[in-house]
Amino acid sequence: MTDATLSSLPVSSLPRQGGLLRTILSADPPRSKALSLLLLVVLLALVATPFALPGSQPLGTAAKICIFILLAASYDLLLGYTGIVSFAHTMFFGIGGYGIAIALNKLGATWSSVFIGLVAALALSAALAFIIGLVSLRVRAIFFSMITLAVASAVLVLASQMSGITGGEDGMSFQLPPELRPAFKLGTFLDTAINGRLLAYYLVFFVALGMFLLLLRIVNSPFGRVLQAIRENEFRAEALGYRVVSYRIAASVISALAATVAGALLALWLRYNGPDTTLSFAIMIDVLLMVVIGGMGTMYGAVIGAALFVLAQSYLQVLMGSISESLAAVPLLASLTHPDRWLLWLGILFVASVYAFPGGIVGRLRKTS
Amino acid sequence: MASASNPTPALETRGLTIRFGGHVAVNAVSCAFQPGTLTAIVGPNGAGKTTYFNLISGQLKATAGSVLVDGRDITRLPASARTHRGLGRAFQLTNLFPQLTALENVRLAIQSRAGAGWSMFNIWDTRRDLIEEAEAMLETVHLADKRHLSPKTLSHGDQRKLEVALLMALDPKIYMFDEPTAGMSVDEVPTVLELIHQIKARGDRTILLVEHKMDVVRSLADRIIVLHNGALVADGEPASVIASPIVQEAYLGLEAAHD
Ligand SMILES: Nc1ncnc2c1ncn2[C@@H]1O[C@H](COP(=O)(O)OP(=O)(O)O)[C@@H](O)[C@H]1O
Ligand SMILES: [Mg+2]
Repeated sequence: MTDATLSSLPVSSLPRQGGLLRTILSADPPRSKALSLLLLVVLLALVATPFALPGSQPLGTAAKICIFILLAASYDLLLGYTGIVSFAHTMFFGIGGYGIAIALNKLGATWSSVFIGLVAALALSAALAFIIGLVSLRVRAIFFSMITLAVASAVLVLASQMSGITGGEDGMSFQLPPELRPAFKLGTFLDTAINGRLLAYYLVFFVALGMFLLLLRIVNSPFGRVLQAIRENEFRAEALGYRVVSYRIAASVISALAATVAGALLALWLRYNGPDTTLSFAIMIDVLLMVVIGGMGTMYGAVIGAALFVLAQSYLQVLMGSISESLAAVPLLASLTHPDRWLLWLGILFVASVYAFPGGIVGRLRKTS
Repeated sequence: MASASNPTPALETRGLTIRFGGHVAVNAVSCAFQPGTLTAIVGPNGAGKTTYFNLISGQLKATAGSVLVDGRDITRLPASARTHRGLGRAFQLTNLFPQLTALENVRLAIQSRAGAGWSMFNIWDTRRDLIEEAEAMLETVHLADKRHLSPKTLSHGDQRKLEVALLMALDPKIYMFDEPTAGMSVDEVPTVLELIHQIKARGDRTILLVEHKMDVVRSLADRIIVLHNGALVADGEPASVIASPIVQEAYLGLEAAHD
């Protein structure tokens, strides 16, 4: 379309065409300088961690951030965009983890095991999400929440008890395909050894990035617009001709599939999967907090929320340890800042931030710009 | 079978009934609406007009009776499927997407008609034709300059116009207007009536209009039906129905209170 035809249109609100960045971000840019900057910092930090910060702890934290960004973003599709509350999100995360762990443990450390484990996990997650949605979303969104809670609890118990298959409470370790093992060496670059560990990190990074951009596309598609309409007024969405229950089931299946991929990535990264790393309700609460703190219904909120949360989890204890030591002379303050109290402080920080930014961090940043 | 003088009705209800506990809100209403006609539905507040609409468009499930579109039974279909069969509805109580822009409200209606709701991997604005059509529709209802405002920030009259725009964007075979001008300022009313008149003038659309203003009904309707306590109590040419004792007694007394 030429400029002449554009300007001859009665109203000039037509979106601009073209632009690679616009296509990648699905016409949904951060819309705030501060947010753009923050996202860029997170992206660059995640890209550069293997070269900038030596040691396994920073790399582990970075990988965890990538994985939780994907997990939180997939949860936001459901919570923030569609307006339904699921308590089964970590169940799908766990299915992804177990799919990889069981396949690599039982079928051998090959890429085809990775493939089989992932595909089997995706199929199981899709089937479960579909059935849960079909039996509960017809009734009411709140019924869906209750059913997800029940099913997720049952799966947690099942995974802990079927130790022959899942490794029970202890979980299950396994070997990775040779290319992802630390012993696999390709040389060095910028004084950093290019080994299997580094390849595993970039596998996690790029899959998480690609999946995040795919979710961003889905929420900005005609389909995604319907999800938002349903969140706003399901009654009118139905009257306009959108079968609300089908759209909700579809959203729930997509969200479950993305969570499954995240779980598979975590298992690959840890070379282990167990109830505490992927299935537990504690993680479910973490993900809920990440989405709410970051800003529901924004996708970018998941990035900020997950990055902050994982960093706080990893480094707040360290920080508190040093504060506590320096306050050793003041008994009450020293015990309040003892590293064991880190969850208390995290809780206080979160309550304070939800109170101060009801629209999450992204909502706050967008408002100021 | 339908004959030339009496074709298959565009819409028909047979013994349509709904009970809320002991209260029968719509009581065995049987009525056929011929293609291309405008039928006004009148009756005092609480007569069951909105509930009758809700039963036809599927917001409520009937206790008994059936709804037929083009002779086919749609009683068991959900509201969304009825919309695709050609039933379109504007609501008496404004019923929009409060946080989305006026443009997006209308675009969603057009997107539904275009069957594009399941497209997941394109950016929503790839379908520029849908956006352009939505803009044109807002122009039609004089809301073009407010297209980036959300309904919650619009005046009541503008919300009513947007409500009408959503229905027109769907362009159904059967238009159902539920008191479209209620609560509008006097200078806004003619806009909406003119739009309804234009739809009628096309001749291929069937229109059901719940309206209290008798002059409006007289000028637009081919036929009037009267609901009272959920039952259909009068049906016929506007002049004769308005003159009938039951309307004079049960309804027109109330109209004075309305105006
Ligand atoms: N969902 C409902 N539950 C219970 N009673 C209802 C419901 N909807 C409507 N009614 C009752 O049905 C009757 C008809 O209401 P309505 O159809 O809104 O009347 P009208 O549109 O003619 O003013 C009223 O008595 C109303 O209270
Ligand atoms: Mg009414």
